[in-house]
Amino acid sequence: MPHSARSLVLHLLPSFFVLILGAYGLWVATDGAAAFTDEAARRHRVEAHSPLIPTFYLEDMHGNEVVLERGQTPTVVEFIYTTCPTMCQSAGAPYARLRDRFVANGTDKFVRLLSISFDPLNDDLPALQYYAERHRADGRSWNVARMAQDDFDAFSSAFGLRVIRNEWGGYEHNVAMLILDNQNRLVRVLDYESVDAAFDFISGMIDAES
Amino acid sequence: MPSRDYIIAGGGYAGLLVSRGLLEASPVTHMLILLPGLAIVGGVFAHASKLPRFHLAEPFANALTLFAVFVILFWMLPRYVDASLVSWKVELLKFTTIPLFVGGAIAVSWGNTNPLLRGFLKANAISMLGILAFIYYFAPVRICNSYLVSAQKDLGLGFLWAAGALTLLWSFPLFFAPPERDRKNHADRMGTTITDLSGKVSGAG
Repeated sequence: MPHSARSLVLHLLPSFFVLILGAYGLWVATDGAAAFTDEAARRHRVEAHSPLIPTFYLEDMHGNEVVLERGQTPTVVEFIYTTCPTMCQSAGAPYARLRDRFVANGTDKFVRLLSISFDPLNDDLPALQYYAERHRADGRSWNVARMAQDDFDAFSSAFGLRVIRNEWGGYEHNVAMLILDNQNRLVRVLDYESVDAAFDFISGMIDAES
Repeated sequence: MPSRDYIIAGGGYAGLLVSRGLLEASPVTHMLILLPGLAIVGGVFAHASKLPRFHLAEPFANALTLFAVFVILFWMLPRYVDASLVSWKVELLKFTTIPLFVGGAIAVSWGNTNPLLRGFLKANAISMLGILAFIYYFAPVRICNSYLVSAQKDLGLGFLWAAGALTLLWSFPLFFAPPERDRKNHADRMGTTITDLSGKVSGAG
């Protein structure tokens, strides 16, 4: 046991050094104590870097081609599978509210909402149409589409989409509203219920353009 | 000829490496078997190498133990557990840092770490597991993108069991006399002598 103040300091110095270094390491590892989970890290990464999304070709519920590419209006993307009994259904309601706010505001021409199925094998066009009907997605301001089967990995890495099978033959996935600007950059990832935040953010983008 | 401990450590490590897909399929086995298993394997390896016999002065032993605690905290972050499932680089980091900097480091440092710090860390480990159990069981959101919400609940219960098991494991020895080495260390620190029941004198005097 140290006997003097000086030897006490020397005694504690190595531990103190490790405490500072360790705390700093954890601070960096969590983006400043902001991101403890993979999902929070994805949102943080998107806000900081606005990654460019490659051009994707989708098929909408009427069999028409829908493209994610530069030069489009700002786009909100939500990933779904139509046989989903839980999250995708409840996520449809806030999405409808978001669309209604743009319509009420008269800015629905300047934004597009897309629900994209990551399960194109099961989600054929009638399934997409049925989903659209249930949620009043009219195909103009809010369209329902599906990705090409081969594009799943590309979507997964571009958007940070994670899909795992659940016990009942369906999936669990990280549901969120993903906002693309007119340069096809992913600029925000928001909770699927954050209608106000999404509306304000996109309205800001529309105002900045006009 | 390699010692028995080397064979246990090598075999254990190979076993964990081979069965990692299976263990990582559920967060319960991932967090409560694979990660502690890696630490144990590293500890056994360090033990086999006779490294713990190297006498580390207490200030450095304390520091090394704290370093191991930070490595544990890092691997308690859901985002890196998640990341190790999708990135082989993070997986490699997991399979190297935990045996070396958790198991290996603690095997070397623990014996010479201040008993107060050891007690503090043990008590905190138990309460931390209790808090984690609560968070994982009741979290309204998915904490890990790679695991189902139901599995997350199971992990919460697993943490609770682990907290209970550690409480038993660590409180059990309290009902028995401390090992001779600790008594001698204590006597050395205090600059006193101790007399055991047979009247043998030990300590610094």
